[in-house]
Amino acid sequence: MSSRIASIRLVSSHREVYEPCDDSFALVDALLADRTNLIEHNPKVCMEIGSGSGYVITSLILLLKNEVPGVHYLATDTNPIAVRVTKETLEAHGVDADVVCADIATGLDKRLAGSVDVIVVNPPYVPTPEYEVGMEGIASAWAGGENGRTVIDKILPVVDLLLSDKGWLYLVTLTSNFPEEICLMMRKKGYASRIVVQRSTEEENLLILKFWRDQDEVSHKEISSPTFLAHFSRSLSLLMEKRWR
Amino acid sequence: MRLIVHNMLSCNIRGVVNKFPLRIEPEKVIVKEVDFNPDFLKHMIAKIDWKALVDGARSMGYPELPDHPPTTLESDESFLRKFHHSLLELNLEEGSLVCPETGRKFSVNKGIPNMLLHEDEV
Repeated sequence: MSSRIASIRLVSSHREVYEPCDDSFALVDALLADRTNLIEHNPKVCMEIGSGSGYVITSLILLLKNEVPGVHYLATDTNPIAVRVTKETLEAHGVDADVVCADIATGLDKRLAGSVDVIVVNPPYVPTPEYEVGMEGIASAWAGGENGRTVIDKILPVVDLLLSDKGWLYLVTLTSNFPEEICLMMRKKGYASRIVVQRSTEEENLLILKFWRDQDEVSHKEISSPTFLAHFSRSLSLLMEKRWR
Repeated sequence: MRLIVHNMLSCNIRGVVNKFPLRIEPEKVIVKEVDFNPDFLKHMIAKIDWKALVDGARSMGYPELPDHPPTTLESDESFLRKFHHSLLELNLEEGSLVCPETGRKFSVNKGIPNMLLHEDEV
C-alpha cells in the first residue's frame, strides 16, 4: 500500500460531511506535484482551513512525514461533525494533527499570526444565493454565495494574517470564481501566484492556485505582472476550449 | 486538545480585551506518546507563552515544569523531556476552556475544542 497520500477506504464519512471528490483529488495532486518544493520549504507549521473529511490534511502529513519530521499540523472546520470525521480519518492513517472547530480560524488568529508556513484551503466555492452561505452541516462545504466568492474573500485576509514570511497558500478555485481577480487582489497584498493544477470535470473547471509572499515585490510588479496575466488568460482560454469541445 | 494548541487559542468574543490564556477545566485527560524531537522543541519554545503552558500543564495534573525555562536548552535533556510531555503528549479529551474575562466556556469534546461563537458574540 502506498503511504504517500490518504487512502479512500480509510477516510471516515458522515452524511453531513463533504466526501473527497474531484476538487479534493485535484488539491492533493497539486501538493504531490509540488512535493519536492514543499520538502525544500521545510515548514514548521502547516494548516488546513475547512478540513472536512480529513482527506487533504492526512495526505499532506503522509506526503511530508518521512522527509520533514517535527512539523506541527493544524486543521479547522466550521462544521462540528466534520472536525470529528477529520480526526477519525487522521487516526485511521496513524497520523496526528490538532483539530479545532472554528469559523476559518476563530480563536487561533491572534497567537498563530505570522507563524504558519503552509496553508491549504478547499473553500466553499460554488456560486449560490447569498442566504445559503453560513448554513449548518454539509452546505457549509460548498455554498459560496455570489460568484462563489463570499467565503473565499473572508478567508484570504485571515490567511494573510496567519502566514509566516515564507508562507505558502494552496487554494482550490473554479474559473467562475474569477481567479484572476483573486490573484490580483493577493498581488496587492504582496503575493505572487501560479496555477499548479488545472482540471476540467463534467461539472466544473477547477484551478489549484499557489500563492507565496514575493520578497522582491517591485521587480515582480514590473516584470512578471503582464506575463502572469497573459499566462492566466491562456490557461483560461484553454479551459474554455475544452468546455465547448 | 494538546497544550501546543491551547497556547495558541484565545477568546474571540467581540470587545473582549483579556482573552488569553483560556483557563482549563479538565474532565478527562489522556496521555498519547509522541516521538521526541529536540529540534522541533527548540524551534517552538520561542513561540510558546511559558506561563500559559505551565499553568495549563498544572491544571491537567502535571506540575513538573519550572516557572521559567532554562536559558540554555542544548544540554538540558531532562527539561526538554518535560517540555515535550507537557506540550505534545498531554491531551484534554473532555472538558472546557474558560475565557479569563467573561467566563464564557468553550467545550472540548473528543479532544476537539469548539471555538465557534454565538451570533451575539461576533
